[in-house]
Amino acid sequence: MDLELAPEHASFRAGVHELAQGAVQPLAAEVDRDHRFPQEAIDAAAQSGLLGVLIPRRYGGAGLDALAFAICVEELAQACASTAVIVDVHTSVGTEPILLFGDDDQKSRWLPRLATGELLGAFALTEPASGSDAASLTTTARRNGDGYVLNGTKVFITNIGHAGLYVVFARTGPDEKAAGVTAFLVPADARGVRVGQVFHKMGLHGSPTGELILEDVSVPAANRLGAEGQGFTVAMRALDSGRIGISGQALGIGQAAVDETRALMRDRGHDQGDDFTLADMATRVESARLLAYQAAWLCSRGLPFTRQASMSKLHCTDTTMQVALDALQIAGTEGAASGSPLERHVRDAKALQIYEGSNQVQRIVIARDLLRAG
Amino acid sequence: MDFEFSAEQVAIRDTIRELVQDRVSPRAAEIDQTGEYPKDIEKLFADNGILGIPFPEEYGGISGSSVTICMGIEEIAKACASSSLILAVQALGSYPILVAGSEEQKKRLCPPLASGEKVAAYALSEPDSGSDAAAMKTFAKKHGHEYVLNGTKQFITHGSIAGTLVVFAQTDPGADHRGISAFVLERETSPWSVEKLEHKLGIRGSPTAQIVFQDVKVPAANRLGEEGAGFKIALAVLDRSRPGIGAQALGIAEGAFDYAFNYVKERKQFGQPIASFQGIQFMLADMATQIEAARHLVYRAATKADVKAPDLTKVAAMAKLFASDMAMRVTTDCVQLLGGYGYISDYPVERMMRDAKITQIYEGTNQIQRVVIARALLR
Repeated sequence: MDLELAPEHASFRAGVHELAQGAVQPLAAEVDRDHRFPQEAIDAAAQSGLLGVLIPRRYGGAGLDALAFAICVEELAQACASTAVIVDVHTSVGTEPILLFGDDDQKSRWLPRLATGELLGAFALTEPASGSDAASLTTTARRNGDGYVLNGTKVFITNIGHAGLYVVFARTGPDEKAAGVTAFLVPADARGVRVGQVFHKMGLHGSPTGELILEDVSVPAANRLGAEGQGFTVAMRALDSGRIGISGQALGIGQAAVDETRALMRDRGHDQGDDFTLADMATRVESARLLAYQAAWLCSRGLPFTRQASMSKLHCTDTTMQVALDALQIAGTEGAASGSPLERHVRDAKALQIYEGSNQVQRIVIARDLLRAG
Repeated sequence: MDFEFSAEQVAIRDTIRELVQDRVSPRAAEIDQTGEYPKDIEKLFADNGILGIPFPEEYGGISGSSVTICMGIEEIAKACASSSLILAVQALGSYPILVAGSEEQKKRLCPPLASGEKVAAYALSEPDSGSDAAAMKTFAKKHGHEYVLNGTKQFITHGSIAGTLVVFAQTDPGADHRGISAFVLERETSPWSVEKLEHKLGIRGSPTAQIVFQDVKVPAANRLGEEGAGFKIALAVLDRSRPGIGAQALGIAEGAFDYAFNYVKERKQFGQPIASFQGIQFMLADMATQIEAARHLVYRAATKADVKAPDLTKVAAMAKLFASDMAMRVTTDCVQLLGGYGYISDYPVERMMRDAKITQIYEGTNQIQRVVIARALLR
């Protein structure tokens, strides 16, 4: 058992940390206040190769593992949670389905452009009436000659309007449940692809979230990812590792809240009540980090990691919600006022308990795995 | 022990409930989004006598009972926490006069507040004196029949719109908290300057201001109580206002719960309403239980304020602490129950969650409530 980061991971972390604190963190308050896409931050991340962390070198990526990915998102989130989720969704659920389920042509065609950030990735599974019950989605993909025609509305899509490529899940077969779902690669510039409402959210103001509307969108069969009916498997596998990314995002926000609280208490003075709260905050973040890195470690080794990824997502995001609230409580009124990152952390943190499988869904996944026979 | 509200209290509550549903609820999202003080709601409350609730009839009001004030705040906060502060801060800014004012002062200063002609505010906190009120650096120097005030107050709710402002200032700087005195400033004769603080996490329709006093003159006739009595007055006021913050927290939680409860009964996943899942049911059960417990503590504290019970300080702090912590938990869970819809501004629960946080912070942070409770226990 070795709980030290390997030298390559440690040096990778140091590099991302420098980039995040230098090029991302200075934008965070403004991006939040103005609800604007942090283009400079994403450009800086792209130039440093952070949009291709998981993509093999032969496709222009960095060829790193799930642990490096978690560290990358964690460091970015410590600076700006919006930037972190843009990179996270692009890297994991926006790109990994191609890595894991794409054929050679699809990989050669899309991965190099995703690795450089020329295309930003996105993942379109959720629909207005199909959230936790993802298998009930109603977007259709009808066979038409050599290709498919897609129709439907997706909702709560991260990177909406900025993504160049959407991984879209649609129903191809008569089966009304999971077995009828197929994954498609839908370029944003395909005819009939439209951005619907872009939501005003509580937090993550720099990360656009909205509706993706598909009206008679024709895609060639070459854009079908995996076999017909394999889509639900693609989605679930993508979400498993996506949850490692969200864990990293939670750790970054949580660590930022701990560090800002330490600085504030050193500066302002502190009583035992706040000391105890700070101790609890730091202990929770530390334990959450170990759980997240364990899930990433299992994933990197090709071992089963579904349960650990869900535990990690559940624990890291619940922890961060509590830690963000505690940090704001210690700061008091000045923490709730403008210009304080602490109120932003509270607003940002709440999303994490909801997306990539609400924490209720994580509990279902964990309990199901625990209670499985054998 | 039971909370039997009087017929009169129930009638007041029902009137407020109806007004809130018709006039406040439809405005709540807009008030939050624009961050503008809802002058129309203030007028609505004034026209309907709601701002008279904190005052006994002899001073132009309709009640003066803490229980009734809490009922009003709770009803308004169910729909709009910012609007509930219009009543809560009218009470907060008036308590010092009602608690420590002379008969002449009450007769002179209260009627325009009770009618809603003027808005009241309460200025205790300073940039370097939040939880430690005795460290304040606003000074009042006596010159003949008036005092001259200099200093800065911070995070003053309604400080920018108030016509009547109760200010705490040092009159004997060597005497620590025993040198603090309380003054009533009337804007026309003792004007103060303000800077509005923008972009708060929540209660965005309730203006929070920094107030600067530069040689502001106050007649000695507007000093409340004796010189040096200010700190005692401030604490007595907070004992009475804290149940009101508990009521605000309670209302926010109830508003969020009602919305989320209806949502989970209607939202279908896996072919059934999500309320049919035990994981959701347990959340509902916990939330409703916490709300019920908070309600009893809040009204118990308000009752103690009305009968001037000796343990008011402790119970008022408990009510504020418990209800605000409850509201933070419940609203956070309500956002969770709505999932992605909970996180966007098209639905009210994310606003309620943002509004809940301040109830753990103002009128004494919850850390201060714990200090107060522990001190009362160990006395």
